[in-house]
Amino acid sequence: MRKLWTLACATALMTAAGATQASDIEPAVVFDFGGKFDKSFNEGVYNGVERFKEETGIAYSDFEITNETQFEQAHRRFAQRGANPIVAVGFSQAGAVEAVATEFPDTKFTIIDMVVDLPNVQSVVFKEHEGSFLVGVLAAMASESGKVGFIGGMDIPLIRKFACGYVQGAKYANADVEVVENMTGTTPAAWNDPGRGGELAKGQFDRGVDVVYAAAGGTGIGVYQAAADEGKYAIGVDSNQNHLHPGTMLTSMVKRVDLAAYNSFMGAKDGTWASGVSALGLAEGGVDWALDENNAPLVSDDMKAKVEHAKADIIAGKIVVHDYMSDNACPS
Amino acid sequence: MEDIFVFAVQTLDATLRVSTPLILAAMAGLFSERSGIIDISLEGKMLAAAFASAATAAVTGSPWLALAAAMITSLFLALLHGFACITHRGNHVVSGVAINILVSGLTIVLGIAWFAQGGQTPLLKADARFRPIEWPGAQAMEGVPFLGPLYEELISGHNILVYVALLVVPLTWWVVYRSRFGLRLRAVGENPLAVDTAGISVAFLRYRAVAICGLLCGIAGTYIAIAQNAGFIREMTAGQGYIALAAMIFGKWRPLPALGACLMFGLLDAISIRLQGVSIAGIGEVPVQLIQALPYIMTVVLLAGFIGKAVAPKAIGVPFVKER
Repeated sequence: MRKLWTLACATALMTAAGATQASDIEPAVVFDFGGKFDKSFNEGVYNGVERFKEETGIAYSDFEITNETQFEQAHRRFAQRGANPIVAVGFSQAGAVEAVATEFPDTKFTIIDMVVDLPNVQSVVFKEHEGSFLVGVLAAMASESGKVGFIGGMDIPLIRKFACGYVQGAKYANADVEVVENMTGTTPAAWNDPGRGGELAKGQFDRGVDVVYAAAGGTGIGVYQAAADEGKYAIGVDSNQNHLHPGTMLTSMVKRVDLAAYNSFMGAKDGTWASGVSALGLAEGGVDWALDENNAPLVSDDMKAKVEHAKADIIAGKIVVHDYMSDNACPS
Repeated sequence: MEDIFVFAVQTLDATLRVSTPLILAAMAGLFSERSGIIDISLEGKMLAAAFASAATAAVTGSPWLALAAAMITSLFLALLHGFACITHRGNHVVSGVAINILVSGLTIVLGIAWFAQGGQTPLLKADARFRPIEWPGAQAMEGVPFLGPLYEELISGHNILVYVALLVVPLTWWVVYRSRFGLRLRAVGENPLAVDTAGISVAFLRYRAVAICGLLCGIAGTYIAIAQNAGFIREMTAGQGYIALAAMIFGKWRPLPALGACLMFGLLDAISIRLQGVSIAGIGEVPVQLIQALPYIMTVVLLAGFIGKAVAPKAIGVPFVKER
């Protein structure tokens, strides 16, 4: 027994030594609700940090929360244990990051989807309105009825930003298009109500909508299912969700959260990590529309040409997509 | 005119879809509460049933096996509630809350452990779900004015659990008001001592009542997970168990008024979904927040003005102690 104990200790020591030897940084990531296999937002981050691990051989710690109070605990625990940098996924972690980053000024924090203004925090936000513009173009072109729909999760400015970009894109492709907008709710429960999402989608279909774009987290799954059941088109969000229902998923608005997490870890490793705000748009490759074998038959050459043209124009600055969050209003 | 008619029919159609889990859960709660057992764990039982049915459907591909698994799971939780409240005379509310919290966590943990998708179950294929049933002649009726859309939209084209829910209501009425079991059930909720004096086991009666409650919650959860949706997502019941409980109290612990309350909640929900972003003639576009508050405003108005006093069964929540 004693021998076994010694052996266990020795192994533990060796692994510990091995770990410190291989890594000069100890990165950590705190996932948002939904967890790292949510097929959407968090899974994108997971893919990014996994890529980092594969390329550099540096292991990372991670934490999946089950309720909101754990955000701050998780960050503080990681910071105390010397993790650096710490990536916070999602806007709901802003309060926790702000509190813990103040307590640990030497620890680097990266927060995705929200701005925290501290000298040791890197904030990565995305120009979702630009990506939404592109899928709006596709929606308006794919629609036969001239009516397209949007279903948001919780009614917050960030989601209005998606909606506003989408409307502008749809109007760009077809000035007469009618956009029906719905929000699922006004509480965080709106991110996880697929039943209501499906009902909202069916309500829109009854009103003649035949393409619906959902930016609603888990609620979106109900929207895509309703679209698949009724043979209408749906547009995914955050990760590439085209594979969920091949044949009815028109495209997805991809947000490269994997890049944000990967860059944060890589930057800390190479010593190029810098605090401040970075906004990733089409030009930076931070947002895009998804085309793969699952939706290739649905996207005609015409649509492809138009959307690529719009993309080039946005990057060149010829089209300026209005950002809802800049003035909390959407030009109609 | 035609437009308004079509809108009304589609709204009623949505009302049925939204009300189904409420109706089933309200009838479940009615059985339990009529026997004197407060049941706020309708929510938890539905959530557990939703998870059980989605997990079973994902593994076996059979909606019927999924329904069975859901009913067994929910029945088990109901008996657990019964064990705490009837056998051990525990506080009904505490036991109910405990079940809700337990299920809320357990479904996510099991989901992560079994499927590794952040607590969700895999998306189900069409044949693993309860699909809408087209009634004979629905297509042929399409051209007939008024009756056509009514038949095609409203009566035909729901999945089997919707019809089950609508059948459960008259069945509940018959059992509670016309059967011997129902008479005893009502008596045990009002005056268990009298029932005991008549030589009938109070505990056994109450156990049967909570068991029926569990089975009905199982059907409700199955509907949410594999008929309305195509898989389990954490906390997917989203408070519907509490709304069903409120509807049952609205209906003064009676099946038909409770059905009415459930349909009213469903209708308000369906209307609030359909009115979002629509301009109403003369008023303009109504803000989202107001539309979403509508069901709650209506609830307050109805409670204050129209419902009247709701009298609970007299012995509800009181543990029964047999006199020696």
